[in-house]
Amino acid sequence: MNQPSMFEALRGIIQRDLLLAMRRRSDVAMSVFFLVIVASLFPLGVGPEPTVLRTIAPGVLWVAALLACLLSLGRVFTADYLDGVLEQMLLVSQPLAVLVVGKVFAHWVISGLPVVLLSPLLGLQFGLSGESLGVLVLSLLLGTPTLSMIGGIGAALVLGVRGSGLLVALLVLPLYVPVLIFGAGAVTSSSAGIGGEANLSLLGACLVLSLFFAPWATAAALRIALE
Amino acid sequence: MLETVALSCSRGQRRLFSDISVTIKPGTLLAVVGENGSGKTSLLRMLCSLLSPEQGTIMWQGQDIRQLKELYCAQLTYIGHLNGIKDDLTPVENLTVSASLAGEKSAGARVQDALEAVGLRRPVHSLPTRVLSQGQKRRVALARLWLSTRPLWLLDEPFTSLDTAATSFVTQRLQSHLHQGGMVVVVTHQEVALPTDVVQCLRLTG
Repeated sequence: MNQPSMFEALRGIIQRDLLLAMRRRSDVAMSVFFLVIVASLFPLGVGPEPTVLRTIAPGVLWVAALLACLLSLGRVFTADYLDGVLEQMLLVSQPLAVLVVGKVFAHWVISGLPVVLLSPLLGLQFGLSGESLGVLVLSLLLGTPTLSMIGGIGAALVLGVRGSGLLVALLVLPLYVPVLIFGAGAVTSSSAGIGGEANLSLLGACLVLSLFFAPWATAAALRIALE
Repeated sequence: MLETVALSCSRGQRRLFSDISVTIKPGTLLAVVGENGSGKTSLLRMLCSLLSPEQGTIMWQGQDIRQLKELYCAQLTYIGHLNGIKDDLTPVENLTVSASLAGEKSAGARVQDALEAVGLRRPVHSLPTRVLSQGQKRRVALARLWLSTRPLWLLDEPFTSLDTAATSFVTQRLQSHLHQGGMVVVVTHQEVALPTDVVQCLRLTG
């Protein structure tokens, strides 16, 4: 029997999702522009006072990143569910959790990575110092995959439910709170001169924890959704 | 060999079927017929382990499929009511992806041959599936049968929106699969044009 290795299945699903994203570039651009606009609205609304902007910067940028991630969650499984590809994924001779990791990783590359790459530019708008910008990028790099992982569970749970967009926000946002606190906390403490290592370690711990548990939870939710 | 023992299914309060015991031997086809809503698709989804049976067991080579899990999935090709193809990808890309996930060999030439076997000509191969007709989309989904090396095929109304030419291509493919000792379960409203000695019929009364 010519069984594919787990790695091949993982690569196959990531390649497919990235190819699909390339075909629908406008979807990807949308969440990036959303982030840029939300982050740019704050200096306009609050006023150009540098000390105020520097104080609110970590929270604002993190909340904007979180919302941008939330906005793209609906796309993770819904399309596959509607066209029957999800059924086929459940019948692949590899553990479903492996495919889930692939899909969530692709989601992160599409919606999380652009946020990480854009964040220094947005941070400059708020007058963050060089060191704080570094910590911001690092915290987003550790935090956004966690957001995608947790979001995957929510997206799988609301599959096939009417008005799922709002429901997924209600389900997932409370779970995002620790990531938000540690992420914004890392940047704040670095601007205050304490250094953000403690918060970054906690973010890393969140990532490891979600990498371990989220794929199984998502896989279980998908099986229930398709029963 | 696929066996079901006293299989029952209800959806909500309604009992769809109960006490279904059939055996599908290598080289035979089971046609599941019945009126709309009689539980044909539910039965097929149970057979491919997407739906767990309320009562009864399904045995593959004498072992419960709930224990076999992924090992059982590696034995079957399921083509559901939904085509399971991506609108934004071309037929070739769709087949390549699904074949590579299934672990079948999917070299470019083989994929093209499969698509031509089901009657899709070259110019169509590189169009996004979105612009194809219903029948052409169904053909793309069914082209997977030409790539499949799995022994058990589970097909949900494979002939919907196919024209007579495509229907006969698919029937021929089913026949050659049965000749090689494969097994097929097909949910259908149409007569399957195959010799009666290999076809058994299961009628769900609802």
